[in-house]
Amino acid sequence: MDWGSIFSNAMASALGPDAIVYALAAIGLNVHFGYTGLLNFGQAGFMAVAAYGLAASVATWGLPFWVGIAIGFGAALLLALLLGVPTLRLRADYLAIATIASAEILRLVFGSVTLSDWFGGSNGRQQFADTFYDLNPYSSRLDFGLFSFSANDAWVFTVGWVLVALSCLAVWSLMRSPWGRVLKSIREDEDAVRSLGKNVFSYKMQALILGGMFGALAGFMLAIKQQSVIPTDYATDITFFAYTALLLGGAGRVLGPVIGAMIFWFLMTFLGGFFSSAASIDLIPDVVMSDIQASLVRFILVGAGLMALMIFRPQGIFGDRREIAIDGR
Amino acid sequence: MLGAILLGAGGAYGTSPAALPSESPDNSITVVLLDTRGTEAGEPGTPVPDVDIEVSDDSGTVGEGTTDEEGRVSIPIPGLGSYTVTVDEDTLPEDTELSGEGGNERSVNVVISGDMRVQFPIADERAAGAGFVSKLMTGAVSGIKFGLIIGLAALGLSMVFGTTGLTNFSHGELITFGGLVVYGFNRGLGLPVVVAGILTVFVSAGFGWVQERGLWRPLRRRGTGLVAMMIVSIGFALFLRNVYQYVFGGTTKSLSQYVSQQRVSLGPVSLAPKEMAIIAIALVAIALVCAALMTTRLGKATRAVADNPALASSSGLRVDGIIGWVWIIGTALTGLAGVLLAVDQQVEFQMGFKMLLLVFASVTLGGLGTIWGALIGSMVVGIMVEVSPVLGVPAELKYTPALLVLILILLVRPQGILGRRERIG
Amino acid sequence: MDVETSATGREALASVPNTPGAPKPDPIIVGDDITRTFGGLTAVDVEHLEIQRGVITALIGPNGAGKTTLFNLLTGFDKPDSGDWSFNGHRLAGLPAFKVARLGMVRTFQLTKVLSKLTVIENMRLGATGQRGERFWLSLLPPLWRPQEQENTERADELLRRFKLDAKREDFAGSLSGGQRKLLEMARALMVDPELIMLDEPMAGVNPALKQSLLGHVKSLRDEGRTVLFVEHDMDMVRDISDWVIVMAQGKIVAEGRPEQIMSDPAVIDAYLGAHHDADLSELDAASIEAEASAELDQEAKDD
Repeated sequence: MDWGSIFSNAMASALGPDAIVYALAAIGLNVHFGYTGLLNFGQAGFMAVAAYGLAASVATWGLPFWVGIAIGFGAALLLALLLGVPTLRLRADYLAIATIASAEILRLVFGSVTLSDWFGGSNGRQQFADTFYDLNPYSSRLDFGLFSFSANDAWVFTVGWVLVALSCLAVWSLMRSPWGRVLKSIREDEDAVRSLGKNVFSYKMQALILGGMFGALAGFMLAIKQQSVIPTDYATDITFFAYTALLLGGAGRVLGPVIGAMIFWFLMTFLGGFFSSAASIDLIPDVVMSDIQASLVRFILVGAGLMALMIFRPQGIFGDRREIAIDGR
Repeated sequence: MLGAILLGAGGAYGTSPAALPSESPDNSITVVLLDTRGTEAGEPGTPVPDVDIEVSDDSGTVGEGTTDEEGRVSIPIPGLGSYTVTVDEDTLPEDTELSGEGGNERSVNVVISGDMRVQFPIADERAAGAGFVSKLMTGAVSGIKFGLIIGLAALGLSMVFGTTGLTNFSHGELITFGGLVVYGFNRGLGLPVVVAGILTVFVSAGFGWVQERGLWRPLRRRGTGLVAMMIVSIGFALFLRNVYQYVFGGTTKSLSQYVSQQRVSLGPVSLAPKEMAIIAIALVAIALVCAALMTTRLGKATRAVADNPALASSSGLRVDGIIGWVWIIGTALTGLAGVLLAVDQQVEFQMGFKMLLLVFASVTLGGLGTIWGALIGSMVVGIMVEVSPVLGVPAELKYTPALLVLILILLVRPQGILGRRERIG
Repeated sequence: MDVETSATGREALASVPNTPGAPKPDPIIVGDDITRTFGGLTAVDVEHLEIQRGVITALIGPNGAGKTTLFNLLTGFDKPDSGDWSFNGHRLAGLPAFKVARLGMVRTFQLTKVLSKLTVIENMRLGATGQRGERFWLSLLPPLWRPQEQENTERADELLRRFKLDAKREDFAGSLSGGQRKLLEMARALMVDPELIMLDEPMAGVNPALKQSLLGHVKSLRDEGRTVLFVEHDMDMVRDISDWVIVMAQGKIVAEGRPEQIMSDPAVIDAYLGAHHDADLSELDAASIEAEASAELDQEAKDD
């Protein structure tokens, strides 16, 4: 078994575009869930409207790339407003159900044959980010020793981590301001905040929009890194994986989602590599685990890991138990 | 839409299990278009020649071909991976229409070397042009059947929610559990579907008990919050779904009996015998459970716990014991929903996951935690799903009206049709 | 708002008749026909209600009398089936809770709602109104809100000293005792600088050692010119500090009057005290039973 390449692949994945996308999505969820206590189970929907907003604008309607980005952000804003108005006044589980349902509606709509002239059905849309890659200053591979990125990946890598850093900076400065204090207080007890004359609904809406904007950034990065949008990339599971990443790093901590996303992708790639080479060199007999089955083991472990995290370390693997963001109801 | 119904009746399937051509290359996708309209179940249909088929992957087209006199075309592919097979609908004969979900496209995951066959259900435009009222009626009856299946699962979800407050995101996997277990008993052990189904309900009940004792009760004892439990249930769902795929594989499989049945005409609608049986079984199961909840001591205790667990506990009820029973009965009902779904359609590892949101929609529509609400909500959702294509909603989007209504109902009446407003403070 | 208002307020009450819904000379709250039903049950059905400005009014009644529901309705935390009420002449019906609070009518809760994962001082800072830093875009520019935050912190520290919580300043609010939480909630409400402060069972779950100081704090609220309305089961407290008592039973106001009149009103004793002793013995901790017993002894001693 080639431990070296399994490890370097895992490292590349922990620093690469996948981790960036999940870090951004999880930063959004951290604003929603970690700081405000909003259970948004439809982050995939925010990512999808932004990605398709960009892709369809450029590939279908021939608009400039940057207009597409603006349309993507606008679509995410609209989605937050549409979702927030009915559900933010309600109990947490209603928001969860409404957001997961709308993410599913969006996925079905983007993949539908009827609208394939716009969104390309199950094939999606391709080649809409040339403007982005034209700006690429790298002309050759970027070498990190253990692993290297192609010039395009290096550009995605650079822009992505800059976005992650800026997002973290924004969250950090917001959360230490009185605005962030109101959000954290809403997470603790919204009636108390209401009794002190704060418009809780408006703050929840602002949090939903802000987190949705980070979701939009994640959607852009996912679309741009592969120059392609397809509906299956925005399935419900992506939201839950982002939650897993968030809980790994620790909800309600500025760097929690970033560290979580890196650990998540390191483990995913490491386990994927380990089991597939274990199955292919017959370390594990084929009867027990075929190649396809080997690729599933990591997802089984993600499920079990999410349960274990929530039960045993809800504060994340580094968090302080006293500060845990989630408890009670 | 109509194609989906015909498909259930076995009337129109796009492929036949005909032998593969020997000259087939190492890796290929074979499409066989057979129009089985008007033929008896089990007989091969009429080949549909001269239809253009295209196979593509993420980077574009990898191969094209046209069906031959046998309605067959084999398109070589470069290797294993995900492909999309597209039928050029313009080249279909005029009276022919593809009718399965996804229209003229199929996503194919080629995971083993060799030949991969792809199905395209074919419906008859003349049949599709049948009277609007007749289509509406057929849709409504299909909807009632689907609604009853949802209703069984919704009852299970609602009972658990009512007594424990848990919004269980792994509930879809409990439906799948029923489908997979009945498949195992039927295909694995060779039992008749009816026997396998009955056994499955008992196994599901046991699964509910094990879950409650092994997972949910310990969590309640630890004082885990509801939001935390909800996230645990998501982890559990991911875990189960991938275990299912590990064990069962990613393909869709059929039970050994009742796969295709001739429809019997009943006035304006026609139903296959198995559909009637599904409706009858679901009705009986729901009636039994509701009667039990209304009359038995356990049922009354369940409602008492749902109303006020603390009070029920202080008046001497064994709350944990009752919740245990709720899990047993709830999971058994949900397993039955999986069995009926397997008989009605087919078995695959995501069958319940795909239903989960419809079950949530039903339960929210009726009012979280109310038994009657869950049933009414299920019927509304089931009928909405099956009737909306008749009213012009594209078939691949037939789930969306129900989900939109779910969001809208939260806007106007969050407590659901039958729920009560909550008391604050 | 000064000492004079409250003194004149109390004097003015002397001429108010002891009838339910009696008009007051200078009411801060006036309500009419407020009803709220849950299912088929009428929780609140108040024909007329007036609360005098500048005094301490107690709202008492047996469990389930609708006191907390009335609190919720008045402050916008619950919506009535019908009714109209105003605060300082502002109509409040249909106004959301946060707007009611901004008008200067702030409540606390029966089950104390401190924000346990925030420190005591952060809890206090949250209470300040009109904070520039609570607006999204401004919050990104600390120089714009730092000075105001500084002022708020000074005011918060002053209140913490007054409520003897200054030693706990940097502790998580979740680590406070029941009585300290009540104090923190009251201090936090004062950060809003309310004209009317509504306390829902301020004595529930409070250590007897703290009770006396809590009583003193409530009185000091009146003495600095605020109006206080509180729900309480602890008759000791009601007798000790209230200027006026409103008795509710089964959602209706059944009696009103000065505490000594109410305590001796046989109708009230029948309707309320009997029920109170029956219903609440299980809830009272030993300390409060003792306090009640000693209060009764005191009363007997005085009668002698």
